[in-house]
Amino acid sequence: MSDGTLFRLLELAVGLSLVCGFVALWRRGLVSIIRALAVQGAAVASVALLLGIHEGQVQALVAAVLLLVLKAIVIPRVLIGVVGRTVEYREIEPLINIPTLLLAGAVTTAIAYLAGRHLTALAPGPVTQAVPIGMAVMLLGFLLLVFRRKAVTQVVGFLMLENGVALVAFLTTAGLPLVIELGAALDLLLVVLVLQVLAGRMVRQFGATDLNQLMELRD
Amino acid sequence: METVALLVPAVPAMAGVIALTQWRRLATWVGIAATALVLAGGATLGVATAGGDVVERFDGMVRVDALSAWMIVLIGVVALIATIYGAGYVSAELAQGHTTASGARTYGVLVQWFVAAMLVAVSTDNLGVMWVAVEATTIVTAFLVGHRHTRASVEASWKYVVIASVGVTMAFLGTVLVYFATRHGVPDATLRWSELVSIAGQLDPAVMRTAVGLLLVGYATKAGLAPLHTWLPDAHSQAPAPVSALMSGVLLSVAAYTILRVKVVADITLGPGYLRVLLLIAGVASVLLAAGLLLAQADYKRLLAYSSIEHMGLIAIGAAIGTPLAMAGVLLHMLGHGIAKAVAFCASGEILLESGTTRIADTSALLARRPLIGGTFGLALLALLGFPPFSMFASELAIFRAGFAADLGWVMLLTTAGLLVVFAAVLVHGQRMLLGRPAAEADTGSRSRAVMIPLVGGLVLAAGLGLWLGPLRPLIDSAVSVVSL
Repeated sequence: MSDGTLFRLLELAVGLSLVCGFVALWRRGLVSIIRALAVQGAAVASVALLLGIHEGQVQALVAAVLLLVLKAIVIPRVLIGVVGRTVEYREIEPLINIPTLLLAGAVTTAIAYLAGRHLTALAPGPVTQAVPIGMAVMLLGFLLLVFRRKAVTQVVGFLMLENGVALVAFLTTAGLPLVIELGAALDLLLVVLVLQVLAGRMVRQFGATDLNQLMELRD
Repeated sequence: METVALLVPAVPAMAGVIALTQWRRLATWVGIAATALVLAGGATLGVATAGGDVVERFDGMVRVDALSAWMIVLIGVVALIATIYGAGYVSAELAQGHTTASGARTYGVLVQWFVAAMLVAVSTDNLGVMWVAVEATTIVTAFLVGHRHTRASVEASWKYVVIASVGVTMAFLGTVLVYFATRHGVPDATLRWSELVSIAGQLDPAVMRTAVGLLLVGYATKAGLAPLHTWLPDAHSQAPAPVSALMSGVLLSVAAYTILRVKVVADITLGPGYLRVLLLIAGVASVLLAAGLLLAQADYKRLLAYSSIEHMGLIAIGAAIGTPLAMAGVLLHMLGHGIAKAVAFCASGEILLESGTTRIADTSALLARRPLIGGTFGLALLALLGFPPFSMFASELAIFRAGFAADLGWVMLLTTAGLLVVFAAVLVHGQRMLLGRPAAEADTGSRSRAVMIPLVGGLVLAAGLGLWLGPLRPLIDSAVSVVSL
C-alpha cells in the first residue's frame, strides 16, 4: 500500500470516529448509541492497524487486533446485554435538548482544533495533523457523559472519551509499549464489567437506571 | 534486596488468592500476616535505600528508592491497622446480617488486591505501569464501596467509578503525551521516571505543559483535591470502616505521591512556577471547601471524609512550596494522617456497629457509655486537628514555616483561616458525640475490647512519631532529596 492511500484511509478512519461521536449525541435509542460506539471502536482499531503497517511495528498490530476485539465486539456486547436485562431501550430527556447538544458538540470540536494545534506543532505531518480530531472525539464523549441521564449512555460516553484518548495515543506515538497497552486494555474491560454489575444493582434498588435518582448523597 | 522489592506487592496479591477459598478464618490470618510482611518489607527496603541507593529490576518495572520505601512503610502501617481491625468488623457485620459469607469472602480478596495495587503503583519507575496500577485501585475498590448493596452505596460506587475513571483517563492522556514528547528531540522514547528526570530539560515545553496539566487533573481527581473531590465524601462514607481507613489513609496519599513524581520532571522542563500555581489553587480550594462543608456536617463518616480533603489540600500546598522543609512536612503528614485517619475511621466503624446510625445528632455521650471507643475516636480527632504530641502538629508546622519562608504569606494566611474553621467545626461536632450524660438505659455494648488494640496501637504510634522519628529520620531525609527543589 502506498503512503498516499494509507494516509487517505487513516483520515477516513479518524473522520469516521468523529461522526460516530456525533451520532451518539444525536440518537435516542440506546441500541443505536451502542452501535455507534462499536463502529467507533472499529475505526480506532483500524487507525492502530494502519499506523502499525506504516511504522512496520508488530506490536502495534497486536494492539490493533486486541482493540478490535475489545472495543468493537466484547464491550458493545456487554452493554447490549445490560440494555436487554434492564429492559430500557430509550434515553430519557437529556439535561439539554438534542439540537443544543449537537451545537455544543460542534463548538467543542472547534475548541479541540485550537487546543490541539500546539501538539501537532512538535512533529507536523500527515499523521499528527489528525490529533485534534482525536481530542474532539474525547470531548464529544465527555458531553455524552455529562448530559445524558441513563447509566448505559453514561458508560458509552466514558468509552468514547477513552476512544478519543486512544486515537491521540496512536496518532502521536504509534502506541505505547505493549505491556502498558495490555494493562490499559484490561483495566478498561474491568471498569466496564464493574459498571455492568453496578447498573444491575441500580435496577434492583431503584427500579431503573435513571441517573437523576442518584440524589440521596449530598451536602 | 530485589527479591524483597518483588515480594512486597506479590505477598498481598497471593493472600488475596488464598482468600478466594472457603476458609475465611485462615484467609483472615493470612491477610493480617501479609500486611505485616509488607510493613517488614518496607522497613527492609527503607534501610537499604536510606543512603540514597536504588533497588531496581526488570528495566525499571520495579524500582524502589527512598521515596518509594517511605510509601511502602505508610501502606504497610495503615494496612496492618485496617486488616487487624477489619477481621473483627467483618465478623460483626456477619453476625448482624449486613453481609453474607460470600460477601465477606469477596471483601477479604479485594482488600488484599487493593493493597497490592497500591504497592505496585509506588514501586515502579514506569509512568505507564504506575497509571495501570492506579486505575486498578479504582476497580478493586468499586465493590468494596458498594459492599452493603444499599441504595446509598450503589449511588456512591457508581459516582466513584465514573468520576475516578474519567479523571484517571485524563492522566493516561497525559502519560501518552509525555511519551510523545520523548519521541522528539531526545534519543530514546521512554516512560521511565528516572530517565525522564535526566532528559527533562530537552523535552518540548508546549507538549509537556499539556501533558503535566492532564496528569495533574487525573491524579488530583484520585487524590480528592477540589474541585475534583465530589466522589470522595460519598465513597468514603459508604465503604466499610476498614476500607474507608485504607482509602482515606493511603489511597489518597498514593495519588498525591504520583503527583510528586510528575512534579519533579515538570519542574525541570517547565520551571517550578507552573505546577506551583495549580497546586496552590487546588490546595487552598480544598482546605476552604472542606472547612465550609464541615461546619454543617450531620454525618460523622462524611465529617472524616471532608477532613481528608482538608489534609490533601495541605499536602498539595506543601508540595507546591517544594522546599526540603515543606517536602519533609508533606511526607510526614502523609504518614501521620494515614495512621490517625485509619484509627478515626475504624473507631467510627465501632460506633456504627453499636448505634446503627452515622448521624452525629443521634450519637451522644460516647465517652460515658463506651469510654474506650469514645476515647479512641476523640483522640484520633485531636490528632487530625494537629494537636501535639501527634505528628501532624510537627508536619503542619513544617509546611507553614516553609510557606512563610517561601514568601507565600497570603496563601498561608488563607489556609490558616480555613484550618481555624475546621478546628471549630470538628470540635463542636466531636463534643456533641462524645460528651453528655447517657440516657437511662444500660450499656448495650457487647463487643470484645480486643478489636480496639490496633486502634490504640495506632494512636500511640502517631503520638510517638510526633516526638521522635528515630530510625525513620534518615529515610525521610533521603526521600525528601528525591522530590525537593
